[in-house]
Amino acid sequence: MKPPPFAYHRPASVEEAAQLLADLVGERGEGGEGGEGGEAKVIAGGQSLVPLLNFRLASPGHLVDINAIDALGGLDVRPGAVDVGATVRAARLLSERTVAVAHPLLAEATRWIAHPVIRNRGTVCGSLAHADPAAELPAVLSLLDGSIEAVAWRAGALVRRRVGAGDLFAGPLQTTLEPDELVVAARFPTLGARTGWAVDELALRRGDYALAGVALAVTVDGDGAPTAGRAAYMSCAPTPVVVDIGPAIVDDSPGPDALYALVASALDPTDDIHASGEYRRHLAATLTVRALGGALARARARIDADSEHPSEVPA
Amino acid sequence: MTSVSVDDAVGPAQLHEVVVTVNSVARSARVPARRLLSDLLRHDLRLTGTHVGCEHGVCGACTVLLDGEPVRSCLTFAVMADGARITTVEGLGAPDGGLGPVQRAFRECHGLQCGFCTPGFLLLATELLARRPDPSDDEIADALGGNLCRCTGYVNIVRSVRRAAEILAEPPSGDGA
Amino acid sequence: MTTRWFGERVERREDQRLLTGGGRFLDDAGHEALAVAFVRSPHAHARLTGIDVAAALDVDGLVAIYTWDDLPGRLADPLPLLIPHPDLTHPRTQYALARGEVNHVGEAIAMIVAVDRYVAEDAAERIVVDYEPLPAVVGIDAARSGPHLVHPDVPGNVAAVTTQELGDARAAIAAAPRVLELDLAIERSLSSPLEGRGVHARWDADDRRLRIRTSTQTSTGVRAAVANILDLPDVAVDVVTPDVGGGFGTKVVHPYPEEVLVPWAARLLGREVKWVEDRYEHFVSATHERGQEHHVRVGFGDDGTILALEVEFWHDTGAYTPYGIVLPIITATQLPGPYRHRHYRVTFTSLYTNTVTCTPYRGAGRPQGCFVMERTIDRIAEHLGLDRAEVRARNLIGPDEFPYDFQMTFQDGRPLIYDSGDYPALLARLEELVGWDGVAAERAAAAAEGRHLGVGLACYVEGTGVGPYEGGHVHVETNGRVMVATGLTSQGQGHETVFAQIVADELGVDVADVFVTTGDTRRFPYAVGTYASRAAVMSGNAVALAARAVRAKAIRVAADALEAAPDDLDIEAGLVHVRGTPSRGIPLSQVAVLSNPLRYSFSKEAEAATQFSSPADPDVAPVPDDEEPGLEARDYYSPVRSTFAAGMHAAVVEVDTDTGSIDVLRYAVVHDCGPLINPMIVEGQIQGGVAQGLAGALLERVVYDEMGNPSNANFMDFLMPYLSEVPEPAIAHLETPSPLNPLGIKGAGEAGVIPVSACLAAAIEDAVGVRIDRMPISPPELWAALARRRPTPEVLA
Repeated sequence: MKPPPFAYHRPASVEEAAQLLADLVGERGEGGEGGEGGEAKVIAGGQSLVPLLNFRLASPGHLVDINAIDALGGLDVRPGAVDVGATVRAARLLSERTVAVAHPLLAEATRWIAHPVIRNRGTVCGSLAHADPAAELPAVLSLLDGSIEAVAWRAGALVRRRVGAGDLFAGPLQTTLEPDELVVAARFPTLGARTGWAVDELALRRGDYALAGVALAVTVDGDGAPTAGRAAYMSCAPTPVVVDIGPAIVDDSPGPDALYALVASALDPTDDIHASGEYRRHLAATLTVRALGGALARARARIDADSEHPSEVPA
Repeated sequence: MTSVSVDDAVGPAQLHEVVVTVNSVARSARVPARRLLSDLLRHDLRLTGTHVGCEHGVCGACTVLLDGEPVRSCLTFAVMADGARITTVEGLGAPDGGLGPVQRAFRECHGLQCGFCTPGFLLLATELLARRPDPSDDEIADALGGNLCRCTGYVNIVRSVRRAAEILAEPPSGDGA
Repeated sequence: MTTRWFGERVERREDQRLLTGGGRFLDDAGHEALAVAFVRSPHAHARLTGIDVAAALDVDGLVAIYTWDDLPGRLADPLPLLIPHPDLTHPRTQYALARGEVNHVGEAIAMIVAVDRYVAEDAAERIVVDYEPLPAVVGIDAARSGPHLVHPDVPGNVAAVTTQELGDARAAIAAAPRVLELDLAIERSLSSPLEGRGVHARWDADDRRLRIRTSTQTSTGVRAAVANILDLPDVAVDVVTPDVGGGFGTKVVHPYPEEVLVPWAARLLGREVKWVEDRYEHFVSATHERGQEHHVRVGFGDDGTILALEVEFWHDTGAYTPYGIVLPIITATQLPGPYRHRHYRVTFTSLYTNTVTCTPYRGAGRPQGCFVMERTIDRIAEHLGLDRAEVRARNLIGPDEFPYDFQMTFQDGRPLIYDSGDYPALLARLEELVGWDGVAAERAAAAAEGRHLGVGLACYVEGTGVGPYEGGHVHVETNGRVMVATGLTSQGQGHETVFAQIVADELGVDVADVFVTTGDTRRFPYAVGTYASRAAVMSGNAVALAARAVRAKAIRVAADALEAAPDDLDIEAGLVHVRGTPSRGIPLSQVAVLSNPLRYSFSKEAEAATQFSSPADPDVAPVPDDEEPGLEARDYYSPVRSTFAAGMHAAVVEVDTDTGSIDVLRYAVVHDCGPLINPMIVEGQIQGGVAQGLAGALLERVVYDEMGNPSNANFMDFLMPYLSEVPEPAIAHLETPSPLNPLGIKGAGEAGVIPVSACLAAAIEDAVGVRIDRMPISPPELWAALARRRPTPEVLA
């Protein structure tokens, strides 16, 4: 399957890219959803976009390759957040040790993405902009209340906008980004004090999109008792779903059944040829119950460390 | 299926000059933007060792090394690889023209049957062993676990990688291998 | 001392080019050729009411567009019915390009020729086809009981109904002390080789020859069909099979529409034309297989002895029947397995559906038959509370009961008679290999930890070496090279190595001096093809026979030259010499020289063959009446019937009942294909077969929605296993030679895949106690089955 024709652009700067998008989108003037039929698409890693083009499920008249824009290649690991530039490959989150130390949840979730060959090219921001509800990074961004930064060229100037995860994902493969907007970076806040994490998925083949997956964060008090918890789910809804699991894990009486029931009642996945919605709901709840122990253990391991070095951003 | 026609917006196909170093040799071609790297290698540069199995990035038969890293050439536009250093299966031989150590290992261990997926696995194995000369089973599975083989059931592919590690660890002999 | 190559793990000759990027697969040649794309039907069933190509004509680089209206002569007729059968009362084959109607998503409607594939697809997109959608028949139930027809003149969608019987099954069931009845099913799947199909053709106007390369399993089949359809002399059509990236059955069907259209277009346009299938096309136009539903009644004794078996099944043949009813015949005749049967009745109905045509995929109907027989025996064992291996042992044909005659007709039109085997020995070896006796303890220990382990086993018999024949040509050239040709084809089975081993042994030469060509009609024009695990048996024996004839001639010629008696001569390492006196000998290359009397020498060595070089018998012509010049021979092997390989698999699985996940902890294979020519290659075939079998049990299925739209026509949703999904099987061999062919060998190509679904279904059932009547089964499906446990099967006596 060969892709349809398109004009290719390789801007050297963010301004040039934004101006280009503004020109190209201005010709058609379609606002609202991105996705197929849009006049111009940004390409970085291409691992999600090129298959769509090869299947001719999308026919953008223009591709804007942002790989030559050095300013987009930054990976900034700070105590409070990891900022990832738009051309940073997923593989880099694994190869840079500082990421694993500062944000082990982000590193672990990245390890679940497809296969190494895909991660060598696929970008973090590209995965977010592609907004596949089965993908790991949108779920992690949602769990962490992370955000992306987008720019656009409006009225002769570069305009920046930060969009929180809760406002970004609109549906399967749909974001709220305007057609002329370019994602320049993503911010993954680190976990707060005494907060542990877990990521788990189940797929029919290693590296496939999960039948269901969960990214989990739980916080404990100084005695190790759970005080809060959140879980974000992959493949359970048109967008990542974030569930407050606190009610099922704080207090003594709730056990695994309560957690299972809470998660199951919060999710309403649909059927597809690989699994029924009923199975996905059950799997998501089961994975959550299984993951909790590990997350709590990680949280408790931070009790002493965090009381010495309290982190800046609370969970 | 009908799709949005872009002819009136785009006009006749514009050609882009693509210059790449393939197996240490500078090569160039003038191709439309939509030309996939797999097609550039195979048809414009006549390096047909890289194969095409699916053109949607799942089978890995098209795997090449791009600036040292394995990538799916069917998911890469040739224009986006401009300036890159590419290694294909044709570049894996020994300096004297014989089989390289990874290739020898695959032959010894019957790591191929029809040979269609083989170039992709050879490149993955080569890159893995350059990075991890003594890989664990998990590391082998991680590195090779995203490429499909329909013939072998993978058993001998894994054995071939282990054998290649052995061969690479041997002190160089006088026979040019 | 003689070097023996037969039985050795000789490294493959093919590997040198395949490892260095030097393979010549279909798309690796013909860079100057025009490219082809097709407009294919997006509807499962529709009338074509108009085709408008106007918008496509402006596409820069377009060369031609063809529809059925453009097709001349026989090209406009339906494609050939490959295997007719008296019970195939309603055969249907497709037109090369759809004529007025389409019967499955993917059926070819228009052919576009352009400068490259990108442009061809651009043009294809712009062609507007008007459809009048018709109700689509999807699935066996809709075909069997629904109101709609695939073909308006085929009542009930029935292509064929046929029955074969041994004894009187119904009477025997009625008299049996115990009877069970069960319903079983296997879902549709497909071969999915990593390289799709492709055809590359050139009309050589100077030589007036049509030169075709096609990724096929039968070059002679394609040649015959193309020559006939395009009305060309056979000798004007060359078909060369390139390196093929896997066939697994789907590439034996011929001619695919593209295999006649591309050569026709090449001739018409006077240009090289090449079509390379893409992955989507493969899913919607390369053939599928496996879909069947079975209803079984079995009568048995208190000790588990099978007394009578009656099977009725329905076979989904897809939209057309080019392969006739061979597939369900294989199911019907291989279902009995390695067991004694005195009463067996099998009836099948082959049904049309508006889906891709079904033809053999590795295993070719046997996986279904094996699933049925093995699940039935498991039920018998469960019903009686007996060990499943023990019940099998009681029913196995004994080693002294051969030949075992089922009094039925096999897929080759010959009697179904098992020639040799030792099934009890296979079972004993399997039990040892998998640790059958210890599994109960393993299972109990796991249960104590809350884990669910189970073990299953399955047995099969496979008719291999199917006729009608194959041929071999062996030629010792004056340069010492031994050139071998056989007409069937290769898709990774190592034929260039295996056949060289056979010839090297027969002739007494080094295997490195033997060069094998397969699948080239220029080199060997009489052949059938590679399928049904027949290549080693058929071509292996044919080249062996040809090599023996060459050896005999070499001895004769050398005896003359050495003035020795033929019985005193041996050939070793390419030297023909008096036994015990290597110094009194001549190399085979020189024998080749001497075997061709010359007037004109062409080298120093060849001078020895000229007329004045040695005294000649004045009363004997230079080439006597019963001789031919040259050290070569051609011979054929044609079997009186198939030879029966057998095998048994066992698996230990662990099921996670919370997620339905199935983990194969160990997998054991015992296998009897007679003597092994190259054990390394046989093991590779088994490993690959097991992987495909496992895929078919747990991962792979072809899904259509109720409108006949394919739901998973891509590699993201059709789940072929990666490395992590495939365990390494433990393999043991047994060898019971075949009495039917000179080498005593049996086929091995499909063995790995046949019993896997049966074996894993049994193991999963053993682990969690839920009925598995249908395969494949995925974790979500297993979980759902656990959630609603099925009742035990109905007991009728």
